[in-house]
Amino acid sequence: MSSLSSRTKAFTLVGVAAIALTALPALAQGAVSPNYRWLTFAVFAAIIGVTMYVTFVAAKRVKTASDFYTAGGGVSGLQNGWAIAGDYLSAASFLGIAGLISQFGYDGFMYSVGWLVAYITVLLVIAEPCRNIGKYTLADILAYRNDPKKTRIVGALSTITVSTFYLTAQMVGGGVLVKTLIGIDYEISVITVGVLMLAYVLFGGMVATTWVQIIKAVLLVIASIVLVVLVWAPYGFSLPAFLQDVVGDPKVQARVAGLLGEASKNMTPQELGQRFLEPGLLFKAPIDQISLGMALVFGTAGLPHILMRFFTVPTAQDARKSVIWAMAIIGGFYVLTLFLGFGAAKHVGPAAIAAVDPGGNMAGPLLAQYLGGGADSMLGNFMLAFVAAVAFATIVAVVAGLVLAAASAMAHDLYVGVIREGHVTPQEQVRAARIATVIVGAMAITIGIAAKGQNVAHLVALAFAVAASANFPCVLLTLYWRKCNTGGIVAGMVVGTLLAVGLVLVSPNMTYPKAVRGAAEKVLAADGPKRAAAEADIASGDAAKVANAQKTIGALDRAATKAKGDIERVKGENTSLVGLEAPLFGLRNPGLISIPLGFLAVILGSLFYRDKRADDMWEELYARQNTGILASRAAAH
Amino acid sequence: MASTSIQWSEIVADPRFQALHRKKQSFLSGLMIFSVFFYFLLPIGAAYFPALYSIKVWGPINVGILFALSQFVVAWGIAFYYSKRANAEFDAMARELIVDFEKKVKV
Repeated sequence: MSSLSSRTKAFTLVGVAAIALTALPALAQGAVSPNYRWLTFAVFAAIIGVTMYVTFVAAKRVKTASDFYTAGGGVSGLQNGWAIAGDYLSAASFLGIAGLISQFGYDGFMYSVGWLVAYITVLLVIAEPCRNIGKYTLADILAYRNDPKKTRIVGALSTITVSTFYLTAQMVGGGVLVKTLIGIDYEISVITVGVLMLAYVLFGGMVATTWVQIIKAVLLVIASIVLVVLVWAPYGFSLPAFLQDVVGDPKVQARVAGLLGEASKNMTPQELGQRFLEPGLLFKAPIDQISLGMALVFGTAGLPHILMRFFTVPTAQDARKSVIWAMAIIGGFYVLTLFLGFGAAKHVGPAAIAAVDPGGNMAGPLLAQYLGGGADSMLGNFMLAFVAAVAFATIVAVVAGLVLAAASAMAHDLYVGVIREGHVTPQEQVRAARIATVIVGAMAITIGIAAKGQNVAHLVALAFAVAASANFPCVLLTLYWRKCNTGGIVAGMVVGTLLAVGLVLVSPNMTYPKAVRGAAEKVLAADGPKRAAAEADIASGDAAKVANAQKTIGALDRAATKAKGDIERVKGENTSLVGLEAPLFGLRNPGLISIPLGFLAVILGSLFYRDKRADDMWEELYARQNTGILASRAAAH
Repeated sequence: MASTSIQWSEIVADPRFQALHRKKQSFLSGLMIFSVFFYFLLPIGAAYFPALYSIKVWGPINVGILFALSQFVVAWGIAFYYSKRANAEFDAMARELIVDFEKKVKV
């Protein structure tokens, strides 16, 4: 495949773009109204066209394994900062956090903080040492002083595990999003995302992936800034005036009253609105919050697709510069999200957002439509189309980075490093990388289609938990602890991964049919009395009461349909996936337990294992990771 | 990696390397502990001191919102502070060691 002529590549890329576009007309109903769908496609086509052109240019530059995995180490700090932001800000950040803020106010904003703080760990202890001693993959760092074969196997397996969890969440989430936005069939949107991403990675390797991520991050930031200016300008860019209007909005007050239920009986409308800016509407169990925070803060530094980005820059100074830029962009984006979320709550309303998508993901797109002039206006639909296209580019860019990370573990670590023990020609290396890319890409599409309708939201948290419990302790201790050795790395990887996955399997994240049935039956039992009360109100003829009662009946109908659906879904089942009737472990995120135990496993494994090589190589590793001696040669090696 | 001819233990024993190592280690671990501690104050405070977070400071803006915004400022501040110190001090110390090393090994 490495011998493909550039003309063949050009034809293939044009072909892929054409397939992607012809796939679009298979439509159902989405947030974009049918009259303006051509606008969405025009924006999609423009973005696909630009990225395909970039891939075509990049393909000419990808000749060696180093080009394919790390863009030859020739990315600048500023470029890499944007690419990291593009790699990291997934649809969950772009649409999900604005959605959480629009539905739950303060708690949604608090949730975004951990995603930025995570980069302090990356900056202080991971980025520069990894640049100084690393080459292409996470396992390269582990193999430096430890037994190369054993550590490559565990490092590659953990990379593939983390990337697959993340990838599945992205593919399923992306498919649902594209369907909700423009009404394309789920399967077709999964295949479109998969094929586009494969074209970028297969032909353009890390060069194209980097540029796709940069383009996406720039589009994302532009879209957010435009929306925030439109939301905020009417208030003269005053934060108190803007928030005062948000808390004074009846839609927001009604949402808070709905969330608090009985507890809100004696609150004035103003108090209800103000409550939206206070904690506790979403997070009820603080320990869950702390556990998730640990997984974020330590897991980001162990995410293979993020680590890989530091091998694309020439020096430790550039690695440092790229994290600084990434923190500026990512943090700035989350601050903008505050305005998007509250703006959507005020202008569109929490209930209207949840009606399109119960998770709140449509807050940003619907706000864009509103700000442009509403559902019937040209500008409103253009803005919705633009945000939808950015969301699509977001999914493709994140998926491309994940596939490249998993493929490099498969080709560079397992095939070249373990099976061939490094005896391969440069051509074979590139061919292995491309074959692995096709395998991972096909796997991503297959899993995406197979997992249709599954609740995959917790898979991202699980990816972070495994990265924090297995990858992070291993990388950190091999870099900084003299006594760390092969025994510790193998123990840490195995224990960290199994614990994180195992604890999630017995946690409240899984579906427990008995609990689902119990909750649904409770809803149905309460339906009768509530309905009777509402019908009595309608019969009374009082106009205000009638309007309210009709709303109540609508809500009751929806709740009853959902409850019946839930009962049908768990029919004949009594236990969860692993045969439990109720969760054994109370935390939704295992980090609080699995991260300390992951560290403990590395420490104990190292102390109980004799490894002369790890000890002999310590001074070399430590001198190099601190100073960057030979770093440029490692990159060219 | 032609490391057999290179005396890594000499580099590690070099007083300049030892000085770099000590400075970096205490600086980095201090910053790391502070940033983790400061971050976890946010969810812990939200869970156990909601009344404190609700105190209004400026119009509808309350302590909780200011504290969450301060997390961004502190994160950026730490990044800025670290990069300033690393650019000015650690890089120069490492540079000396690299120059010496390259003289000896003749790369």
